[in-house]
Amino acid sequence: MAQVKMTVNGKEASGDVEGRTLLAQFLRDDLELTGTHIGCDTSQCGACVVHVNGEAVKACTMFAIEADGAEVATIEGQANADGSLNVIQQAFQDHHGLQCGFCTPGMVMSAAALLKDNPKPSEAEVRHYLDGNICRCTGYHNIVKAIIAASGQDVSAIAAE
Amino acid sequence: MPKDGGIGASSKRREDVRFLTGNGNYTDDMNLRGQAYVHFLRSDIAHGTLTSVNTEAAAKMPGVIQIFTGDDFEAVGGMPCGWQVTDKHGEAMQEPKHPVLAHGKVRHVGEPIAAVVAESLAQARDAAEAIEVDIAELPAVVNMKDAVKDGAPKVHDDLTSNLCYDWGFVEENKGAVDEAFEKAAHVTTLELTNNRLVANPMEPRVAIGDYNRSDGEHTLYTTSQNPHVIRLLMGAFVLGIPEHKLRVVAPDVGGGFGTKIFHYQEEAFCTFAAKAINRPVKWTSTRSEAFISDAHGRDHVTKIELALDADNNFTALRTDTYANMGAYLSTFAPSVPTWLHGTLMAGNYKTPLIYVNVKAVFTNTVPVDAYRGAGRPEATYQLERLVDKAAHELGVDPIKLRRQNFITQFPYATPVAVEYDTGDYVATMDKLEEMADLAGFAARRKESESRGKLRGFGVNCYIEACGIAPSNLVGQLGARAGLYESATVRVNATGGLVVMTGSHSHGQGHETSFAQVVAEMIGIDESMVDIVHGDTSKVPMGMGTYGSRSIAVGGSAMVRATEKIIAKAKKIASHLLEASEGDIELKDGAFSVAGTDKSVAWGDVTLAAYVPHNYPLDDIEPGLEETAFYDPSNFTYPSGAYACEVELDPETGQVTIERFSAADDFGNIINPMIVTGQVHGGLAQGIGQALLENCAYDEDGQLLSASYMDYAMPRASDLPMYDVDHSCQTPCTHNPLGVKGCGEAGAIGSPPSVVNAVLDAMRSGGHDVGHIDMPVSPSRVWSAMHG
Repeated sequence: MAQVKMTVNGKEASGDVEGRTLLAQFLRDDLELTGTHIGCDTSQCGACVVHVNGEAVKACTMFAIEADGAEVATIEGQANADGSLNVIQQAFQDHHGLQCGFCTPGMVMSAAALLKDNPKPSEAEVRHYLDGNICRCTGYHNIVKAIIAASGQDVSAIAAE
Repeated sequence: MPKDGGIGASSKRREDVRFLTGNGNYTDDMNLRGQAYVHFLRSDIAHGTLTSVNTEAAAKMPGVIQIFTGDDFEAVGGMPCGWQVTDKHGEAMQEPKHPVLAHGKVRHVGEPIAAVVAESLAQARDAAEAIEVDIAELPAVVNMKDAVKDGAPKVHDDLTSNLCYDWGFVEENKGAVDEAFEKAAHVTTLELTNNRLVANPMEPRVAIGDYNRSDGEHTLYTTSQNPHVIRLLMGAFVLGIPEHKLRVVAPDVGGGFGTKIFHYQEEAFCTFAAKAINRPVKWTSTRSEAFISDAHGRDHVTKIELALDADNNFTALRTDTYANMGAYLSTFAPSVPTWLHGTLMAGNYKTPLIYVNVKAVFTNTVPVDAYRGAGRPEATYQLERLVDKAAHELGVDPIKLRRQNFITQFPYATPVAVEYDTGDYVATMDKLEEMADLAGFAARRKESESRGKLRGFGVNCYIEACGIAPSNLVGQLGARAGLYESATVRVNATGGLVVMTGSHSHGQGHETSFAQVVAEMIGIDESMVDIVHGDTSKVPMGMGTYGSRSIAVGGSAMVRATEKIIAKAKKIASHLLEASEGDIELKDGAFSVAGTDKSVAWGDVTLAAYVPHNYPLDDIEPGLEETAFYDPSNFTYPSGAYACEVELDPETGQVTIERFSAADDFGNIINPMIVTGQVHGGLAQGIGQALLENCAYDEDGQLLSASYMDYAMPRASDLPMYDVDHSCQTPCTHNPLGVKGCGEAGAIGSPPSVVNAVLDAMRSGGHDVGHIDMPVSPSRVWSAMHG
């Protein structure tokens, strides 16, 4: 067992982990931040996307020990300081960008990373960026629409609801 | 003007806030004090005799609490099947035993052989590697037609063959159907495969068993679409636990699509083991495990024939289908290729004579059961491909041929035992033609061709039977359950309501749409209504969510219970207002006396019900809580017309979806935003089946597509923006909301139009290949075009 320390959503966090403990497991099991979900075991689905030192990372592709000393952001830290939904979260609700909610934390974290690098993405750019996030419920239409709306672009031309 | 609340409003989903902030409560997010973990050692051989399972070394591994094998479950019942199909000779289907842990033989890759319970999941996995399993491998049967040949290896030695049943429907029609084919002016024949799929909800299955020694109560937390069904099946048939000592909780569930209807061994195991070791036992499926243990979907091989007269009227339809059951009968598997499939073969057409034959076959593969649409996509696909093929053979327009044969009079009794109450297939086709901009297609095709691409247009109709189901009818058809739904409406003293519904939401947004209905009925704000579901200790016996039944059956139960609430509240109001009960009107959350300005607020009445000081106790009980069970008198019949436009790269065979239009008739609609979202998701799964997804086995029964590296899940860049319309509305005539259900339509209705469009594109490039099987992958398209 080894000790890891990191900053998660602005707070100090630490724990003892095995070498094989994944960052996703550490967040869920040790820190009880269960908003980061595990949907596959081949780093394909993206339900576990978090930000490590500002970069979008699949938390199942990284050992907890590799995040020692890092700044980690998860879905639990995304809302505004007053607890209200942030712009991306609100756009997902407004445009029905989620159904069962399981892929949603990863989608929101990926969307945040995309909009940081590309503040006004096209539909094709959003779809391309989301290739590492699988959703089985929405057919992506409303997720793509929500992200474009969150970027401040007009979505009125995209089919209703 | 869109409404801002109640029935017909696109109310934003209240459940979204917890999901968007990481505060969902999925089963794997729960951990119980003292919890142990189980890892299942699963067979990596499709068929073999289990000669020994030696756990001696594994039991000594660090952290191991106990290891269970099939021997530990000898005294326990097997996994039950919830539907008994009677074959064409009047005999019951062959029903094999289905052990919790393999015993004597293994019959598919993924079958659990041993279960290691340990202090940590990692320790359980490590120990499982130390179990010595000896399996004498037997030849596997994978191909259905081979499986029913004489001398084929038998999946179950104690059955007479691998044929589960040979079903004929309607058997009495067979002679007349054959005769109509002899007289036909034209016969179109099509052989096709409906590809095997894996449902793949994003949340893998999870089960946590708990046992309370003080009161002898078992609790199972599980990823289920229907916790009461699990309680009944597991309690009565597997473990022998009376229902009052068994609580089943399905909290937030991350998608189901059918595969979380069924009762699985892991649920029974965790419940059993929690008592055995006197600690909670948790199992979390990995995705790789899900591929080899979640029930699969579809997997039909069909020959279908259509007879037409000289005027192109459909005169008869005949089908011959092999349906894969896998190695065991999953909970509702026998019903899918029969009563959910054969009864839909009329489609949208007035074909007078129909005969459906289905041979259900055991193979050494994962069990197959309902997946979104369940039998109805298989029916729609073969019929709508066949009609398109007939149109091309006859040189008539596919839309015109469909329109000519549409059912136009309702109610309509089909020759396959169901009666459509309402529909307007002309209206949805008219709407579709407008949405799909057929007039502009020629120009779009020209533009594609200018870039060296082919463009194709395909259309199809669909009909489905939803709102499952009239209990009396399904009982006669072999269901071992009723299919009513329940709701309890509990009004609190200060006027807020809690509705406990037997429906279960795993993405459908019931917490929002169900609240809209009750709020509208009473005339109060939606925020005053809370929806509770997914816990057998809170909710009356309910049958859960599948078959697009939630609003049609569960919503109707809720309406009935709310009507009882309103009736009683009116009595209380009449006392408070000193008026006759018949003069009391409820509007906008206030009770008034007709023709006067006297009124009392909803909250005054609810308070009086619970603080009965000035109250007619001789006439009315205090309190305001009512329960209703609703059993539908018929199925509902959503219908529609879909169009797909594809571009095909003749160099690579790559197909892209350029446009997809869906005109649906769902009857009345509670929340248009949610309905549209349901259609989107269904379309993605249907397009996924048509273009990408395939569950592939090799001849030894090894699953070749057992992870997201190999199974092509649709990604954002594979799919288009969809054009969805549900303005054509013929309300259901037999439920109080006039609703039909929308959850499965997209998945049922979309595959044929995709394939029809691909074939149209190929024809435009000079390649008239007749048929191509799904998934229409680049290699298949290229091979078909280049012989």
